[in-house]
Amino acid sequence: MNIPMEAVLALSGVLFVLGVLGVLIRRNAIVVFMSIELMLNAANLVFISFARTITPAEIGLSGQVMVFFIIAVAAAEVAVGLALIVTIFKAKKSIDVDQIHSLHG
Amino acid sequence: MNVDMFLFLTLAIVAVISAVSMIVSRNAIYSALFLVLNFITVAAIYLLLNAAFIAMVQITVYAGAIMVLFLFVIMLLGAEHVEDDPRLPWQKPVSLILGAIVLAEMAYILFFRAGQLLPVMQDVEAGFGSPRSIGLVLFDSYTLPFEITSILLLAAMVGSILLVRDDRKEEK
Repeated sequence: MNIPMEAVLALSGVLFVLGVLGVLIRRNAIVVFMSIELMLNAANLVFISFARTITPAEIGLSGQVMVFFIIAVAAAEVAVGLALIVTIFKAKKSIDVDQIHSLHG
Repeated sequence: MNVDMFLFLTLAIVAVISAVSMIVSRNAIYSALFLVLNFITVAAIYLLLNAAFIAMVQITVYAGAIMVLFLFVIMLLGAEHVEDDPRLPWQKPVSLILGAIVLAEMAYILFFRAGQLLPVMQDVEAGFGSPRSIGLVLFDSYTLPFEITSILLLAAMVGSILLVRDDRKEEK
C-alpha cells in the first residue's frame, strides 16, 4: 500500500520546474514571489517522502521536523519580501520586475 | 493499482494543473487562488505520506496566513495586472527551452540512473507524524534550532515594520 518514491520525486521535480518557469517568465514581482513559494513546496515534498524511508521512525521524523523549520523560515521570508515589494512600489509606482533597473549602469 | 496510488495520481494531476494555471493567469488574484489550491493539494499528499501534523501546518500557515498576506498586498497595491511589455522578448522561449532541458535531465536521472538506488517507503506505525511524535523529536533533538527560529521570526517582524514605516514624521 505504499507509493513508489519515483512517483513522488517526479511530481516534486515537475512542481519545481514550474516554479522556475514562473520566476523566469512572469514580470509581476508578486507572481515571481509566489513561484518561489512553489519551489519551496516542491522541496518540502521530497523531505516528507524521504522521511518515510528511514527505518528507525525517530530518525525519519527529522525530515518532517525539517519541513516544519522550512515553513517557519518561509513565513519570515514572505513577510520581509512583501514589505520590500511594498517599498519598491512606493518608490517606483510599479512592481514590474523589468522596471526595477535603478542600479543598471 | 491500489487506492493510495490512485489518490496520489489524482492529487498530483490537480497539483500540476493548478501550478500551470498559476503561472499562466494574467490576473495576480487568480494566480494567488490557484496557489492556494496547489498548497491544499500538496497538504493532502502529505496526509497520504503519514505527515498529518505537517499537513495541518501547511494548510494553516501556507494556504492560510501566507496567502492571505499575498492577497492583501496584491489588493493594497492594485497590482492585479502588470503591463506585459517585456524588455527582453527572447526571454520567454529561452526559459521554456531551459525548463524543458532541466525537466528532461531530472527524468533521465530519476528513471534511468537512480531507479535501483532509491530507498523504498517503509510501513510505519499509527503514531508516525502525529503532533506528539513531531513534538518529541522537535524538543528533544532540535531545541536550539527551534529557539533560533523564534529569533529569526522576531527579526523578520522588526525588519518588515522598519521597511514599510512611514518616515514623513521625521522630515518635519
